[in-house]
Amino acid sequence: MFYRENGQFKTSYTADAQIFPILQDRLFVIAMLLAAFVLVPLWGSDYLLRALLIPFLILALAALGLNVLVGYCGQISLGTGAFMAVGAYAAYNLMARLPGMPLLLALLLAGLIAAAVGMLFGLPSLRIRGLYLAVATLAAQFLADWVFSHVAWLTMGSASGSVTAPRLDVFGLAIEGPVRKYLLCLTLLCIVALAVKNLVRARKGREWMATRDMDVAASVIGISPVRAKLSAFGVSSFVAGIAGALWAFVHLGSWEPAAFNIDMSFKLLFMIIIGGLGSVMGSFFGAAFIVLLPIALNRLPAMVGLQLSTSLVSHLELMVFGALIVFFLIVEPHGLARLWITAKNKLRVWPFPH
Amino acid sequence: MNHTMRLSDATGPFHAKTAEPQAIAAEPCDDVLLELLDIHLGFGGIKALQGVGFDVRRGEIRAIIGPNGAGKSSLLNVVGGVYQPQRGSVRFDGRNPARMHPALAARWGIARTFQNLALFSGMSVLDNIMAGRSLHMRCGLLAQALRLGPALREEIAQREVVEHLIDFLEIQAWRKQPAGSLPYGLQKRVDLGRALAMQPKLLLLDEPMAGMNQEEKEDMCRFILDVREEFGTTLVLIEHDMGVVMDLSDRVVVLDYGRLIADGTPDAVRADPEVVRAYLGSDAA
Amino acid sequence: MGFLLETLIAGLMAGVLYALIALGFVLIYKASGVFNFAQGAMVLFAALTMARLQDHMPWPLAFLLAFGLMVVLAWLIERLVLRHLVNQSGVALLMATLGIAYFLEGLGQLVWGDDIYRIDLGLPKQPTVVLSGLIPGGLLLSREDLIATLAAALLVALLTLFFQKSDVGRALRAVADDHQAAQSIGIPLSRMWVIVWSIAGLVALVTGMIWGSKLGVQFSLSLIALKGLPVVILGGLTSVPGAIVGGLIVGLGEKLAEVYLGPMLGGGIESWFAYLLALGFLLLRPQGLFGERIIDRV
Repeated sequence: MFYRENGQFKTSYTADAQIFPILQDRLFVIAMLLAAFVLVPLWGSDYLLRALLIPFLILALAALGLNVLVGYCGQISLGTGAFMAVGAYAAYNLMARLPGMPLLLALLLAGLIAAAVGMLFGLPSLRIRGLYLAVATLAAQFLADWVFSHVAWLTMGSASGSVTAPRLDVFGLAIEGPVRKYLLCLTLLCIVALAVKNLVRARKGREWMATRDMDVAASVIGISPVRAKLSAFGVSSFVAGIAGALWAFVHLGSWEPAAFNIDMSFKLLFMIIIGGLGSVMGSFFGAAFIVLLPIALNRLPAMVGLQLSTSLVSHLELMVFGALIVFFLIVEPHGLARLWITAKNKLRVWPFPH
Repeated sequence: MNHTMRLSDATGPFHAKTAEPQAIAAEPCDDVLLELLDIHLGFGGIKALQGVGFDVRRGEIRAIIGPNGAGKSSLLNVVGGVYQPQRGSVRFDGRNPARMHPALAARWGIARTFQNLALFSGMSVLDNIMAGRSLHMRCGLLAQALRLGPALREEIAQREVVEHLIDFLEIQAWRKQPAGSLPYGLQKRVDLGRALAMQPKLLLLDEPMAGMNQEEKEDMCRFILDVREEFGTTLVLIEHDMGVVMDLSDRVVVLDYGRLIADGTPDAVRADPEVVRAYLGSDAA
Repeated sequence: MGFLLETLIAGLMAGVLYALIALGFVLIYKASGVFNFAQGAMVLFAALTMARLQDHMPWPLAFLLAFGLMVVLAWLIERLVLRHLVNQSGVALLMATLGIAYFLEGLGQLVWGDDIYRIDLGLPKQPTVVLSGLIPGGLLLSREDLIATLAAALLVALLTLFFQKSDVGRALRAVADDHQAAQSIGIPLSRMWVIVWSIAGLVALVTGMIWGSKLGVQFSLSLIALKGLPVVILGGLTSVPGAIVGGLIVGLGEKLAEVYLGPMLGGGIESWFAYLLALGFLLLRPQGLFGERIIDRV
C-alpha cells in the first residue's frame, strides 16, 4: 500500500537516471545504510561481525568485481581467486617493502597491480570466447597458486607462501577489533559499489553489455569490443584485487596461497549466478547466501533435533550449491536479484494483481 | 571472371591504391557519397560478389534487390567493413580506405541495421540507443565511475539527443523495457534508432521490413522517408517487397548470383529484360 | 639415455590417461555442445562407487554395477538438467555442469564416504625391467602402469571405432553436426544425449579405476581431471584424435618440463605447465590442432 510511485514525476533526465528512482526505495536504502554504519557497530556481537558480516562484505566486493566481467561483459572467468591473490600479495609486499606506506594507498596500488595482471590474462579474450576463455582464466588460477607458493621473493622469503598481515591503520587510527575492521570493509564496499553502479549506467557499462549481448553489432556502431573486454577485465580484477587484500589482511590475518585457490574462484562464480548476473544487488545477495548457507545447514538440523557431523554438513553444502546453481540457471537465470525485483513489482501494485 | 581480366586489374588503378595506406583526398564537393568499384568477394570456393560496382548519391534512397543468395547482404557487409573484398575498392565521402573495417566505417559515419535482429537484448531500449552514441562521448573511465561534472553533463546531453530519437520513432512507452522483450516490429524500430543515434551520413538497412505485417511496413516506410527528410541521411536498403522498393527508392541496383544485372530508376529496372529473367526464371525471357 | 626414455614413457602413460579424460570432454561436447566441467566429478563419483562396491564383491561385478549407476546418472542429468537448458548459451551450460560437478562431489562423498579408498584390480605392483639387452641397465617400468596404459589405449581405440562404424556412432556424429537437422530426420536427441553421457560415464569410470588403483580414490581425483581441459584446447574441442594427440603431448611435455625445467624453477610446475601450453596455443591457433575453424555470420 505504501510502496507506490504515484505522484512522483521525473522532471529532469538527472532525476530519471537515479539509482533508486522511487522515493520509498531511497528511504529504505538510507535506513539500511544508517543501520549498517550506526546500529551494527553499536550492538553487533563479535561473532556477528567476525564470522558473518566481515566475510560477507569482502565476498560481496569480490563478487561485484566478478559480476562486472561475467554479468555485465559476458566474459567467463574461473580465475578470480588468482586476481584476489595478486591483490593480497601485492598489498603485502607494498606494506612490507615500503615503510610508511599507508594502508589505503597500498590497497589502491594492489588493486591496480591486480588490474594489470587481469588485463594480461584477459588478452586471450580478444581472440577466444566462452569455453576457451574459461580455460585461459584457469591458467591464471593455477599459475598464481604456484607462483605464490614457489617464488620466495614475493612472500619475503617465507616458506610455501604463508605470510601474516602487517599492523593496519587508516589516518593514524589502528584497525583493530571487529568493529573497526567491519567499518573499513563496509566503507570500501559502499564506495566501490557506487563507482561500479556509476560505470554500468554510463557509457562504459553500455559498451560492456553491448559486447556481451551482440559483439558484432557493437563493433558496427563504433564500440570496440577489444577495449570493452580489456576494461572489464581491468575493472573486475581491480575490485577483486582490493577484495583479496581485504580478505587476507582483515579477515584472515595470516594466510597462504591456498586461501585463494580454485575453490574460491568457483564459489565467487556461484555467488553471482545465484545472486544475479549483471546486477550490483545480485552480488550482495549471492555473497550473503554463500555466507549464510553453511551456518543454516549447521543450525537448522540441530533445531529439529538432528545431529549432523561436520563432514556431512560440508558434503550437503556442496550438493545444495550444485543443485541451486542448476535450479537458478533453469528457472531464474537472473538470480535472487530478479526475484527481489519481481516481488517489488508485485508490491507496487498490491493488492491488485496488475 | 576470366584470366585476362584479372591480369589487367592487377596493374590497373585499383591495385595501386593498396600501396598507399592513407585515404586519398578526392575532389571535395562530390555529389557521390559512396562509390563501389569492381568488388569481388569469395568465401572458400563460393563467389559471393563478382565485379559489382555502383554509386550512391548524397541524400538518395538507393535500393538493392535481387533473389535470395544474390549477394545483397554480403555487399552491405563489404561497405560496413565486416567483410574484406578480395578485389575492388570502396570510396566513401571522398576518401579511399586501404582497408575498411567496422570501427572505421562507424567513425566515418556509416551505420546499419540488421536483417536478423541484432539488438542488445539484455539492455533497455534507452540503453540500446544510448549505446549508439558511444562514438560521440569522450569522458574517461574514472570520470564515469565518479559521475561528477563533465561525465554527468555528457550523459544528460546525450540522453537528450536519444530522447529526441525515441520521440521520432514513437517508442516512448517502451524506453525502460529490455529490448529483447519487445515485439518484432518494435525491435526493428529500436534497431533503426540505434543506427540513427550515430548520426550517420550513410545508413544501410538490411531488409528493414522483413517479417512485418502491412501496417508495420507502412510505419517503417514512413520512418525511412522521415529519416531522410529530418536528418538528411543517405540510405541504402535491401528489400524484397517490390512495392516498397518502387515507392521508396530513387534508384535501384539489381544483383543476381553476385553480379550486377541492372542499375537505374525503379521504372527502368522493372522494364529490364535481365531483371525479369532473374526474377521469373530463364524460361520467361 | 635410459633416464630420458623412462621419463618419456612415464609421460606417455600419463598422457594416455589425460587423453582418456579429454575424450570424455570431447564426446559430450560433440554430441551436445556442452563443455562438461563435471567430467572430473564423474571420475571421482565413479571411482568412489567402484572402490566401495569392491569391498563386497569381485571387481568385475563392482565395475558393472558402477557402470550401471553411471548410466542412471546420465539419464538423470538429461532429464533434470540438459532437457531444460536446450538453446541456452554455451556459458550457461558450462556453469550448469559446474553445478552438477559440485552436486556429484557432495553426493559421492555423502554416500560413499570421504576417506582415501583403494581400488585393487589385482595388478602386479612390482616394477619390471625391460629392454635390458638394448640399454645398459634396462628400463624400469611399473607393470601396473603398463597394463593400465594398454587398457586405456584399448578403450580409446574401441570408442573411436564405435563412433566411426556403428549406427549409434553415426547418429551421434549427425547430432554433433547439427542438432536440428538430426532431429528432423528422426534421431531422438534426448536418447542420444543419454547415450553419450553414459559413454562419458564409462570413460570416467575407467579413468577413475586406473587412477584410483595407482593413487587411491580421494577427492583430488576430481581436480586431476581438470587437466583434461588444456588437453582438449590443444587437440581441438571437437576432435577425438585431437584428444588423444593432445593428451600425449601434455603428458610428455609435463614430465619433460618437470624433470628438465622444474629444478630451475623450484619444482611443482606440473600443476600449470599444461595450462600455459594451452594458453599459448589459444593465442596462436584457437581452434586447436584438429578443431574446426569457427566463422561468424552476420
